[in-house]
Order: sequence, then C-alpha cells, then structure tokens
Amino acid sequence: MSQTFTLDGKTIAFEPGQTILQAADAAGVFIPHLCYHPEFKPHGSCKLCTVKVNGRQTASCTMRAMPGMAVESDTEEINAERRALTQMLFVEGNHYCPSCEKSGNCQLQATAYHLGMMSTHYDHFFPNRAVDASHPEVLLDFNRCILCSLCVRASRDVDGKNVFALSGRGIDTHLIVNASSGRLGDTDFTLADKAAEVCPVGVILKKRQGFAVPIGERTYDKAPIGATTAGEAC
Amino acid sequence: MTVNDTRDIALIAVVERIVERNGRDPTRMVQILREVQEALDWLSPQAIDALQAALKVPRTKIEGVAGFYAFFYLQPRGRYRLLFSDNITDRMLGNEALLERLCRNLWIEPGKVSEDGLVSVDTTSCTGLCDQGPALLVNNQAIGRLTAERIDQIAELVRSKVPLAEWPDELFAIEDNIRRADVLLGNDMQPGDALRAARALAPDEGLMASNMRSWREGLPTGLGGPAAILDEIKHANLRGRGGAGFTTALKWEACRNAPLKLGQQRIVVCNADEGEPGTFKDRVLLTRHADAVFEGMTVAAYAVGATLGFLYLRGEYRHLLEPLNAILERRRGENLLGQNILGIPGANFDIEIHLGAGAYVCGEESALIESLEGKRGTPRNRPPFPVTNGYLDQPTIVNNVETFAAAALIALKGGAWYANIGTRHSAGTKILSVSGDCARPGIYEYPFGVSVRQVLADCGADDVQAVQVSGPSGVCIAPAEFDRIIGFEDIPTAGAFTIFNSSRDMFEVARNYVHFFQHESCGFCTPCRVGTALLKKLMDKLHQGAGSPYDFAEIEKLNVLLQSMSHCGLGHTACNPVLDTIARFRPAYDRRLMQKDFTPAFDLDQALSLARQMTGRDDAGAHLASQHGGEA
Amino acid sequence: MTEKKKLRVATTSLAGCFGCHMSFLDIDERLFTLLEHIDFDRSPLTDIKTVTPGTDIGIIEGGLCNAENVHVLREFRQNCRILIAMGACAINGGLPAQRNSLSLPAIFDEVYQAGFGLANALIPNDPELPLVLDQVHPIHEVVKIDYFIPGCPPSGDAIWKFLTDLLAGREPELGHGLMHYD
Repeated sequence: MSQTFTLDGKTIAFEPGQTILQAADAAGVFIPHLCYHPEFKPHGSCKLCTVKVNGRQTASCTMRAMPGMAVESDTEEINAERRALTQMLFVEGNHYCPSCEKSGNCQLQATAYHLGMMSTHYDHFFPNRAVDASHPEVLLDFNRCILCSLCVRASRDVDGKNVFALSGRGIDTHLIVNASSGRLGDTDFTLADKAAEVCPVGVILKKRQGFAVPIGERTYDKAPIGATTAGEAC
Repeated sequence: MTVNDTRDIALIAVVERIVERNGRDPTRMVQILREVQEALDWLSPQAIDALQAALKVPRTKIEGVAGFYAFFYLQPRGRYRLLFSDNITDRMLGNEALLERLCRNLWIEPGKVSEDGLVSVDTTSCTGLCDQGPALLVNNQAIGRLTAERIDQIAELVRSKVPLAEWPDELFAIEDNIRRADVLLGNDMQPGDALRAARALAPDEGLMASNMRSWREGLPTGLGGPAAILDEIKHANLRGRGGAGFTTALKWEACRNAPLKLGQQRIVVCNADEGEPGTFKDRVLLTRHADAVFEGMTVAAYAVGATLGFLYLRGEYRHLLEPLNAILERRRGENLLGQNILGIPGANFDIEIHLGAGAYVCGEESALIESLEGKRGTPRNRPPFPVTNGYLDQPTIVNNVETFAAAALIALKGGAWYANIGTRHSAGTKILSVSGDCARPGIYEYPFGVSVRQVLADCGADDVQAVQVSGPSGVCIAPAEFDRIIGFEDIPTAGAFTIFNSSRDMFEVARNYVHFFQHESCGFCTPCRVGTALLKKLMDKLHQGAGSPYDFAEIEKLNVLLQSMSHCGLGHTACNPVLDTIARFRPAYDRRLMQKDFTPAFDLDQALSLARQMTGRDDAGAHLASQHGGEA
Repeated sequence: MTEKKKLRVATTSLAGCFGCHMSFLDIDERLFTLLEHIDFDRSPLTDIKTVTPGTDIGIIEGGLCNAENVHVLREFRQNCRILIAMGACAINGGLPAQRNSLSLPAIFDEVYQAGFGLANALIPNDPELPLVLDQVHPIHEVVKIDYFIPGCPPSGDAIWKFLTDLLAGREPELGHGLMHYD
C-alpha cells in the first residue's frame, strides 16, 4: 500500500524510499531538473529541482518523500529562483545556442524556455575553454559543461571506465578526461558507452551527426520539456 | 641512461615509497598527495603517472582530488612556496604592503613563479594566527608576527637557498597567548585521569567496552561503564563547540545505537579543520592540551564503542603534526591507546592524524569525512547522517576539538559539576579567539553567558565599531548589542571574536569575507559556485565606484538565493557578512553607491586600450568616457 | 474619444547581422497594423540618423564590439523610455562574442598580418574606423535593458507577439514555439 504527500495541493502517491522527484515523475508531474537522471543515483548539485517542503527549501531529487509532506514546486517564488539558477549556468559557461548542435534537444535550453528565461541577466564570465576533437567519433565542447556529473556517473557506474571526473574547485571546477594527455582520443571511451548519451547539454557530441534533425522537428520543438510527463504546456 | 630517465626513476622510487608506507590505500589519497608534494614540491604529470601505477586507480581520481585542495599544485609553484594569510585581520595589520615588499625583494609577481623556479608568493585564506599576524606559510610551515625586517630576512633566506630545516627556529615560534583560562584551559588533568574516572563509574559487571556489547538491543543507561559516561555527558548538557551546538550526548547515543554491518566498526573523528577566519583556539588547545583532546576522543570511543579515531588537522597547522604524533606514541606506551586500554577488556582504540590541504569546506562534517576517505571535500547529501553512515559508510561521530577536551573534563569531574558552569541553556565554558583592534589579542576562556562588552573590556578594546562573532559565517554586531551574551540562547559561536574600531570600513570587511567564501566554495552546487562568484564581482564593482542602486538590489537578491538554494552551510552563510553589515552599517554601502544609474562593471575606456596600443591611435574616437567618475 | 497618441520607436543594429531586422520585416502585412500604433524614429528602415529625445521604445539588435556600438547604445538609452534587446547577440553577445576566448592581438595578427596571402599588411588605424573592444559584450552589461526578445533571430511571429503584448500593456510572454534561443 502506498503512502501520499501533497505537491502544489495535489495528492501524490509514493513507495517508501522514493524521493519527491521520483514520486512526482511517476505521477506525471514535472519538476525542473538537470543533474537528475532516472537511471542514476540522485546527485543533488544543480538545485533546479528545489522545492519547498513544509516551508523549507530542499532539492527534491535527494529528499525522500514522507507521508503527509506539503510540497510546493510550481510557484512564482520558486520558479524565479530556478530561473536565476539557469541564468547562472548560462553566464558561467559559453552557451551560444545558434551554433550548438544540441540546440532543440538541450535540457538546459528547454528548461530555460520552461522557466521563461528571456535573458542571461548577469554579467557573463566568458571562460576560455578549449574543445577536444581528438576522439575519432566524439567531440567534447567544454564551453557548455554545467558540471551535472552525469557523464562521470555513467562512465564510472555503468561503463566501469572512469573516463570523466571533476577537478578544480569553486568557479574553477571543470570536467577532466582520464588520460595523461588530458585528451579523449587517448582514453578507452567509445560511442557505445553510456557516458556518450547522457549529456543533457552540448558537451559530448557525436561527430558527423550535427544538425541532422531540421528546426521544428527536434525534441523540444515538438513539445516543451516536461510536457510528456506533466501533460501541460509551459 | 639520460638525465631525465634517472630523474624519473628517482621520482618513481619516492612515490612508490610513500604509497607503500600508506598501505597502497586509495582512501589515503589526501595524505599520499601531501607527502608526495612535500617530497617533490609539486604534483607533476610524472608524479601523477607514478601514483596511478602504484595505486592502480584511474588518473581522473588522482587529478580530481589534487585539483580540489588549494595546497596541492598541479603546476610548478617554486621550491619555496610562500602564502600570505589574507584574513581581514592580516589586512588590518598591513599584509598587503609586506607581500609587496617581499615580491619586490625577490623580483617576482604575486601568483607567479620566479623564472628560476625558486620561489612563488601568493595569498591564502586565514591561517589561524590572527592574534600574531600578519602571517604566512612557507611550504605549509607557519610564520607569524611579520614585520618589514622579518620579510627581508625571509627574502635573504630564500635568495641564499637555505633549506627550510635550517631557517632560524625563532621565525617559526608561535605563541599561545592565553589571556584568560577557566576550567578547561586551567585544568591540571594528567594523561589517563579522565579515562580512569570513566572506568571507575562502572560497577564490575559493567566493566566492559561498548564494542563488546550487542548493539541491536542498545544499552540501557545506568548500567555502568560506557553507559554511565554517556549519562555524565548527558547530565553535563554538553553541546558541540564547532558552532552548531548539537547536543553531544544525542550524537554519541545515535552512533552507539546505529547497527554495524559485518566487518564494520564505529569511528570517532575530531574536527581540527579550524578554517573559520578569525578562529585559532583549536591550535592552542592542540598545543597546550592535546592529551585532554585525545583523552576526550578515547572517552567518546569508550562510550560509543568505537575502535578507530581520526584527528583531521587543517593543513595550515602542519607544524603540529610531529608533536601530536609524539603525544599519540607516548599514550600508546602508557596503554591509553591501543588494545585493552587501561586493562578494560575489549577497549581497543587508536587515533590517526590526517592533514587537510587548504579547504575550508572540509570543516563541514560530511565533507570532512569525504576528505578522510581520500576524496574531494564535497558535502554529502543528508540524510543519511554520519552517525549511521559516516567514514566508509560506518557509524561515525564528528566533534570539535574543544568538545572532546570538555568531554574529558566531564568524565573526570562529572556531568553535574559541569552543568553548573555557564547558563541554563549553555553549560560549561567557551574559548574565544580574540583578534583585531584590541590591546591584548589571544585566547580567552569564559563560562557561557559572558557579555560581548565584558570580553571587549578584558581584551582592551575601545572605540569599537563592530564585532564579528564566530567568523564570517557568524554574526556581525554593533555597539547597541554589546550587552548580548555568548551562548546558544543568544550568540552561538565557534570561537572567533574579531574586533573592528571606528576607523574600519565595514563594507571592506564584508568584501574580504565575500572573497573568502568565493575562494572556498567547493563548486558542487550551482547557487554557491556561481552565486559566490557573482557576489564577489558585485562587491568589487561597488569597491571600484561603479555601483548603483541597481547593483545593491542585485546583491540583496543573490543573498536570498544563496540562503535558500545552496547545498550546505557554506552557501547558506556566505551572504551573512553582507546581510549583517547592510543591516547595521548601511552608510558604508550607501557611500559606495556612487552612481545614480546602472554603470558597467568594467572600464570601457580600458577595454579599448589593447586596440589603441595595436593601432597606435590616441584620437578622441579611440576613447570612451567611462560613465562612472568620468575617468576616461 | 481622442485618438491615442502613437508611440515613437527607434531601432538599430550594433554588432549584429541585421537578421533580427529582417525578421522584424517578416511580420509582413501586420506592419500596417503596427504602423497604426507606432511611428519609426531612428532606424535602418527610416534613415533618420539620431534618436529623438523622448522616444518611447528603442529596439537594439546586436552586442557591443567597438566604440561606436557603445556610443549608439548610450544614445538610445539616453533618449528612449523603454529599451529592448532583440536577438541572441544583444542578449549574450552571440556569434561575435565567440571571439572572446581569443586575445585581440592574436585576432588582429591573424586577420591583418599573418593570414594567407597577406604581405606587409598594417592594422587599419584610420580615425574614421570604430576602435575595437577587447571583448564583445551583451548590451545589458553596459546599460540597463528593460526587455529582451530572445532568438537568432526571433521569428516575425515572436516579435509581433512581443510588441502587441507590450503595446497592449501586458507583460510580454512568448510561450512554446515562439520562445527560442536559436
């Protein structure tokens, strides 16, 4: 028998051990997120999925659902803060959607649309990050990395390879590659790796497949993010 | 064989020896990296190669950890690495001019390595010598009371390439500066006293270590031995001295009652990662009363049934490592550590010291545990909490240095005795690290309940404008509040007590703290990683005179976001210094809002200078008026 | 009932490609409807050279890559009640800002001196030429911007929706399909 909590007033059933985000997802209610992926252990770093539980803000991807919780998610206050977080991610890296192959299929972009992000608001950092085209099948464009760690987790936990990791600290945190040269071409990474398909943004890109789907037919052209689970437009 | 080959073979031998000494254990990564760097000056790609071969872990793991800690260098940093402590107190004592003097003496630029690879000079977060600053670290060894003469002496030693071990001892002398001792600093406990007292609490049938018990049932209190000592801690109403004030007995009891899986043990961790700017009382406790601290840890181990202990010592206190290890060795000889301690069957416990490597966030207990496990010091998602899932997923208590020392005292003198000291809500005493604008900076131990005004009088502070209690993550108070008291019911504190007289600019104080938090953000969560960087930019913008009411509103919005969205206490409190100083010293900000309208953060005319240089132009069209100040 | 006063609208393209202006024209016959509500001031569509003080709305395409861009932007800010950033370049620097990871000397060297087929070339230094900033900046980093229409370019429909919302006194909202960054 399952227990329930309320999410924006709506009753949500959950199984013991499920997090708020997992239970909401199962119930078809969308909570914005970037570092969460249903196939991986929740990470809790992007904070996009922050909700208010009994008046206190917490990441819904790591917070276990408890019976009787009153959870607020889709409020103007929380969405404004989520919008600020997406703006932070945009100015921290170099996100030029028009020249990005992931455009239209990018979760960061789609989440920003969902939250009504009209501008980047803050002063841009314009970091200087080199791309890595050393691998025959895959290009790495670190300019777009949002440090969600999904590739790190996929390579470590699924592929058993540890191709990726985070190094540095604070605003200098960055993705590194498991080779003394620091280049992907010198690792055992392959296109068949789970890590090759989990990037929510345009860092890990399959070569020779760019812009294959015309504008208008890409994932988030057809329906806004969350619409398939939430059944509602943004 | 080429010179390079020979060098590589020597390097591999050094790395191999260090890895071997550390049991080839990747959970000891932070210790291994520190030792390798002490031997080789930096973590070169060759050293990483050798580590990878010796430890058989992915290179990403080594570089990920090495890149996290400020004191690990993946780029060469000079054979003499001088880091000036850059706390606000060091600033107030003129560290900037001294840094400049040293750089001029050595012909180098701050942050860069000299061309011959001999020396580098840079800044670092507070090194815990605020009562005897300005201070610096040379290859992680602390030097305080810097003067122009001392700087010139240091420059000469570096230039003459005198090995660090041969530098004059008096340079490295560190003073304790205990100005007021109470029950803790004034104790005359002898090693073993507290443990013998704890043992004496047990009737014979209870004389057995906790780890001999079946923990599934839990241990009814009042049965003697471990349970009795826990009762004493409970009666003492001891609360954590690291600032948060969690009830110690509750933590210990939760750990004691946490189930153990096969092969697991309970762990006691002493948090000596005293990184809060303005705090240095743990340094003095570990210098003067290390036995009491270790004894408190052993009492805790006895109470919770732990068999392994760690002292996590901040990297800035590297100079304490050998003396503390000597004390541990003596205690082993006295059967105060090791097997069947004091003849109590099953009372097995030993302590190992781990050094940090320049990461304030490791003071957060779950980040500290990650670091103990040889990882990046990123705070964990909680729950589960360390008391059930701590070090290597085992039940773990993490307490402050002062908490353990107090626990030893309580074991010796009893909970009732201790509870009588201080106030109803805050039992016992608190050690304050007093620094800043006063005649007698140093260590002051008071029963809880002492007023800020009293402390100021005792340390000889007059013309006081503000006191920052408990460091930048604490609270900044103004004279109208000086009758407030130190205690969990009013102003809780980890111990820092930094005084600012009326000549100080409280905006600049807040800006220094904002820089600190930005530097120490671990980078895990978006709001803290980017938010602290944005806050720093905005405070710098105000400092440069380009601030307008727009920027002030932005600062306030960022404060809200940091508080509500951050992953851990670092982000939650990163805006405290700004919020407090805005609330109490608003004119210091208003003075900085020199622009009526929005003004760029960068100087537009400056942004043309490269192009001017390259084209040789200097006509009117080659310049832009900067809106702020019109200093084009 | 008195006739509602028409709003004065000025537009310009800074470090942009005029694509947003092309897109503006893509509102097609709705331009006639729009012209019932607005008069154009300084704009590539009118050839008026300066912004009339008291202009209601200024629409800026493109980011800032040189001194002239800054002068024009400041003129707009000074004389327009509401300033709108139109398109990716105005909002985040866009394509021109992708030079920001390169140093200006490296760029000048490549473009004017070391590039293929160049010999003894000089870096142009005529005072008539706008001098280049060391980095390309979005316009909100230099003046206060009131509204943003994202897109590269925003579609004619998005511009129409945005402007009609604004003219009707509603908070402009694009929604799915009209809201895009590419």
